[in-house]
Amino acid sequence: MCGIAGIIYRDGTHDIGREMTAMLQSMKHRGPDSTGFALYGPPRTDNGTYAMRVKLADANTPRDFEFHDRLVRHRAEVERRLVAVGATDAEYEDSTEYAFNVTFGYDGDLKLLADRVENIPGAEVLSIGRSLQIVKDLGDAEQVADEYNLDRFVGSHAIGHVRMATESDVDISGAHPYWAYPFSDIAVVHNGQLTNYFYWRRRLERSGHRFQSECDSEIIAVYLAERMAEGASLEDAMRQSLEELDGVFTYICVTDDALGMAKDELAAKPLVLYEADDLVALASEEVAIRQIVDREIDTYDPYEGEVMVWQR
Amino acid sequence: MAAVGESRITYDARGLVEIDGTPPGVAEIDGDRATFDARELTTRKINAELRRLVYEEGVTDVTIANPGAKHSLGVGILTRCRITFEGSLGYFGCGLIDGPEIHVKGRVGWSSCENMMSGVVVIDGNAGSLTAAAIRGGDVVVHGRVGARTGIDQKGGTVIIAGSAGSMTGFMMQRGRQIILGDVGPGLGDSMYDGTIYVGGKVKALGVDCVPGEWTDADTEFIERKFRIYGLGSPPELQKFVCGKQLYNYDTLEPSERKLVL
Repeated sequence: MCGIAGIIYRDGTHDIGREMTAMLQSMKHRGPDSTGFALYGPPRTDNGTYAMRVKLADANTPRDFEFHDRLVRHRAEVERRLVAVGATDAEYEDSTEYAFNVTFGYDGDLKLLADRVENIPGAEVLSIGRSLQIVKDLGDAEQVADEYNLDRFVGSHAIGHVRMATESDVDISGAHPYWAYPFSDIAVVHNGQLTNYFYWRRRLERSGHRFQSECDSEIIAVYLAERMAEGASLEDAMRQSLEELDGVFTYICVTDDALGMAKDELAAKPLVLYEADDLVALASEEVAIRQIVDREIDTYDPYEGEVMVWQR
Repeated sequence: MAAVGESRITYDARGLVEIDGTPPGVAEIDGDRATFDARELTTRKINAELRRLVYEEGVTDVTIANPGAKHSLGVGILTRCRITFEGSLGYFGCGLIDGPEIHVKGRVGWSSCENMMSGVVVIDGNAGSLTAAAIRGGDVVVHGRVGARTGIDQKGGTVIIAGSAGSMTGFMMQRGRQIILGDVGPGLGDSMYDGTIYVGGKVKALGVDCVPGEWTDADTEFIERKFRIYGLGSPPELQKFVCGKQLYNYDTLEPSERKLVL
């Protein structure tokens, strides 16, 4: 089933970590297997500074005798490789025993950097962005938010996802949101199924992209980022996706300054939308929006084939 | 250290933790009227309180404040009574009812009024997809817009939508009537078996085997009566759509006979 949610403020920054946690927790019944957040903090003013979220293992990775030693070795290798590709002033912040956040200065090729890090066994770059940070793990929203201290996250917009695993494993790789490797600051959450997944996976792999999961949703993020890299706006890329992606789906895509939603021609996956002067909130169920707007509100379901984009 | 998959995934959100279905007894009862606040109550407690009032206390007019868009409220009420929700409902609201008159002073989510047998549901705001799915009788009136597949598998009753409707409205409709005053998305009346759909706005595309119907005096009388009952003013000019009955399932030949003919 899965549940998706998004919020974007038009009047500055708010406690989006706490708010997205409340929204996702209220939809736990739609997907108790894993929870993920894509959070956008205040835009960095210093050019060339990125934040990168990395995991070196999963919550359910077997804890063999070498587990901790391996984590230490692989973490040291990440640090070494970042220096080797030219990243500077790296600052590390541990989230869990197997996941961390690193900020660094870098003016090189992000794909090269991500590929070098992911070449380390078990390593996966969850996100790279100037304001984006993707956090995802097994468990419900409150568990994940507590573990990663998301209550303190202040920003302008966010998306989130609660996952009921249907066609791939229960692990972090199968959890949403998906970062649009190797493009900075683009992420997607998705509810539905793509029926031409393998067609697009082969096509995007031939263009040099890699996929960390077997999840069809990962296609959408990379597909949109590639369209935008070719010059399309977010809205145009999303409209094009309705023509080229088959299946039943509703998805939300975020960039560093915008949030958009798209619904396929069958409108088989739900989305409820609330739009105010200062805030746009959307979710698979209105009960999630009520977690941050605790009053009677006027909401509606976008129609089939609709694409809507809001700027922060 | 967490073991493999240990306690990170819990299923209590599916309702398994709340096995206590006793009514909370929080309503204020005044003769045949009662009111209670649903803000701090779970779905199960709200429905249990509602059932206690209409089945055990003899209350015929219940007002529920702060429903908070919770799911599955007001379901399975099988008696004549009046229920008012002072706010929006989530999914599956007012489903499986037989008799009550329900007023929702807000919006409803997906699949409201599903399998309704009789009664009236009036919704002041918008409604999600699958509104009035498989209803067999009664009236559903939505003053806002509705999502996709309104009245899918409808077997009777009347659905009135003051706003627009999404794709596949009246999909596989079998009987009953729909009146949609706004525009309608693609696939209107797709694969309908019977019934009538009236549309006031533009139709993006008709579904398979849905065709324009001939307007009769009975249509005028029916429309005017429903508009009068629900205070909708003067009816606008409407288009009428019915089943063309050209699909294979209207072929009266048995498969063996068909082979002989062909």
